[in-house]
Amino acid sequence: MAIENPQPERVNYLNKEYGIGSWLLTTDHKRIALLYLISITFFFFIGGFFALLIRLELLTPAGDLVQADTYNKLFTMHGQVMVFFFLIPSIPAVLGNFLVPMMVGAKDLAFPRINLLSWYIYVIGGILMLHCMATGGVDTGWTFYTPFSTAFSNTKVIEAGLAIFVAGFSSILTGLNFIVTIHRMRAPGMTWSRLPLFIWAHYATSIIQILGTPVIAITLVLVVAERSLHLGIFDPKLGGDPLLFQHLFWFYSHPAVYIMILPSMGVVTEIIACFSRKRIFGYSFVALSSIAIAVFGFLVWAHHMFVAGISVYAALVFSLLSYAVAVPSAVKVFNWTATLYKGSIHYDAPMLYAFGFLGLFTIGGLTGLFLAALGVNMHVHDTYFVIAHFHYIMVGGAVMGYLGGMHFWWPKISGRLYPEGWARLAALIVFIGFNLTFFPQFILGYVGMPRRYYQYPAEFQVLNVLSTAGATILGVGYLLPMIYFLWSMRYGKPAPDNPWNAAGLEWKTASPPPTFNFDQEPVVTWEAYNYEELDAPHREEVPVAG
Amino acid sequence: MSEHSSSSLVTYVGIWAALIFGTILTYFAARIDLGPFNAAVALTIATTKTLLVALFFMHLKGASEKLLKLVVISTVFFLLILLALSMADYGTRAWS
Amino acid sequence: MHSQAAAVHPEVHNPALLHHFAEPQQQRDAASLGMWIFLATEVMFFGGLFCAYLIYRIKYFGDFAAASQTLNAALGAANTVVLICSSLTVVLAVWAAQHARRTMLLVSLVLTIILGFAFLGIKADEYKEKFELHHVPGASFQFQKSIPGHPDQMANPQHAQIYFALYFIMTGLHALHMIVGIGIFTWLLYSAWRGRFTPEYNTPMEIGGLYWHFVDIIWIYLFPLLYLIDLHK
Repeated sequence: MAIENPQPERVNYLNKEYGIGSWLLTTDHKRIALLYLISITFFFFIGGFFALLIRLELLTPAGDLVQADTYNKLFTMHGQVMVFFFLIPSIPAVLGNFLVPMMVGAKDLAFPRINLLSWYIYVIGGILMLHCMATGGVDTGWTFYTPFSTAFSNTKVIEAGLAIFVAGFSSILTGLNFIVTIHRMRAPGMTWSRLPLFIWAHYATSIIQILGTPVIAITLVLVVAERSLHLGIFDPKLGGDPLLFQHLFWFYSHPAVYIMILPSMGVVTEIIACFSRKRIFGYSFVALSSIAIAVFGFLVWAHHMFVAGISVYAALVFSLLSYAVAVPSAVKVFNWTATLYKGSIHYDAPMLYAFGFLGLFTIGGLTGLFLAALGVNMHVHDTYFVIAHFHYIMVGGAVMGYLGGMHFWWPKISGRLYPEGWARLAALIVFIGFNLTFFPQFILGYVGMPRRYYQYPAEFQVLNVLSTAGATILGVGYLLPMIYFLWSMRYGKPAPDNPWNAAGLEWKTASPPPTFNFDQEPVVTWEAYNYEELDAPHREEVPVAG
Repeated sequence: MSEHSSSSLVTYVGIWAALIFGTILTYFAARIDLGPFNAAVALTIATTKTLLVALFFMHLKGASEKLLKLVVISTVFFLLILLALSMADYGTRAWS
Repeated sequence: MHSQAAAVHPEVHNPALLHHFAEPQQQRDAASLGMWIFLATEVMFFGGLFCAYLIYRIKYFGDFAAASQTLNAALGAANTVVLICSSLTVVLAVWAAQHARRTMLLVSLVLTIILGFAFLGIKADEYKEKFELHHVPGASFQFQKSIPGHPDQMANPQHAQIYFALYFIMTGLHALHMIVGIGIFTWLLYSAWRGRFTPEYNTPMEIGGLYWHFVDIIWIYLFPLLYLIDLHK
């Protein structure tokens, strides 16, 4: 039976207006965040479906489930959908859109209509991609390397390129909106050093979105032009250099991985502070490390090209720079750890995801350093070692941060509490499933299994079977939150304004918030993460788990 | 925050004249053999013209905040990174 | 950060002020910053093309010089002058809006649009000539010319095709931005004619102007890079 709120329901952004028109024409950043939530979840399942087929094929050494060409399409579309239509938008477009205005104390983003436009652009890109997949798909790998993509592939390269080109503009507009909002819309008293680190992380992410995305946009234009007109820009037979494509592609696509991880780091910072009841250790270091990651992230792209034919001197430079980019990430890990030290730790579901993030991101990041070493790279490039490395960061890091954030802010977003017991179980299942899926892949890559192959020597089968088993468990772990979040919207306990007694302006307004976020414009006179003050009246009470 | 930044009409016409002069200079400098410096001269004049347009026509000079200048400088910096680090590859391939 | 103006005088309400801003200055600053950031994305968008151009020009300098010299540098220079004049008319239009000079505003906007069309007209003429000479990349591409300064050496047609591919993509993309700019200024002209701009509110003029100047800046670089390679030979 639905649990009704015993109090008469306050007007909030969800019930202020009803009807599909009020959602499709909304300029409320919170509603747009939910529109994005539905769209990216949809694409997550599409990308996940392709992953399922990949892992099913890899259960056996022979290529017996699908044909080789089909397998090429599967891993290509898995990558394209997950990167461009799930990971890149995920946290910024859902949690960022919802929270950035509230965290700075504003009524909305700087450009609400551009925000809505960005969602429509995303949807158009998504429809183009769906059509592309439904009418034959692409088989070039998500990396579109030339001259295969421009001169030899018989698949729908142009349509996929256009779909991603369009989706890129959604990303650009989101970043633009965030930067202007953070600069111009902060409430009185909200100085830069009082901003939540979630904001700093999204600010850094937005810088990357602004500067990087246009480069892949023009690269895709060149690919489409080359493929249509055989211009020779990337074709060695016509005097072109295929590596030029790779330089231009990776100039965006490497910083893109920081678009995917920085917001997640912002989420984890908020969660760790709240569930350790402590101010983040080294606030300025964490804030500046986000900016440093954004800047350094643009300096390392050719580490994806060490074996592609770049000069060895360039390779040396990029290898050195790749070691440098790890430093700000390591700074964050140290600061999170130092925050936990002597904190009052609570093991609610968001914190479980944060712990998972800490361990898995560290492993993923360290294996990135292995890959940045030229000698090791020669050996493991284009093997499952690389795949394991980036999935540890993208899935073990970014997706866990996303899920942790969805749990942490779910009461604020929906006005309902999710069932804590199920949530902790799901977090555990995700963690176990994830490690079972991807740890064997480190070993597989190290002993030589190449990526993008649908058949492999029989001695690799055990590891592949373990990986597929893990993927199934991981899938269950992902389904559970979907089910109980939906369940909670009707049957969940109504949430108080601040169920976690967390710091941050978003917790000072109702759950769910009113359309203009605050009844009165906030005036900030306190520092960020003022957990000592927040906990002072409650020090005698035992903190209650959800 | 920037106020209504605007220069006087005389300034605008003066900048316009400088831009026209720069164009003429570029055109005729290209017809003289300066050896390897032809491209450098052309790009220097182009950059000077760009600075004039950005500072005076786009009111960057009058902006009371450093923020807009920071946006411009950062963008140019990353564009130069793209060009320079790509050239680090192409320029050194012949060395091996 | 903004002042407490709205909190102190809630009844002061400029009709152009959007609800989520506290005061007009904040809205204006947000619009300005937003446009500058958008222009930053445009710089990086064209930047990828400049990168490709830089690499191939160094690699195939002689062939690029040969191809470049089939362009009409005088027309290119004329187009540069056209755009510089249009930037002046734009800046005059913005000034006129800020100083409530209606006639000057409308005349400047009209002149800007005319100059924009003049640019496109000259460009179309150049493209037509390229088409007639079979210099458009694709199936019917032909190129026979010697490398400037080396009359005994013929330029490589494939490398020349790369030059023309970049020429058409770069100037074509630029022309597309010009067309959008003309569209924007047509809308600004209509709004100005309707009396929408006052000294207190002329933000669309300012940020439209920023866009136009950016398009001018791109051409300021395209002209010497594409038209003026080794002209002394």
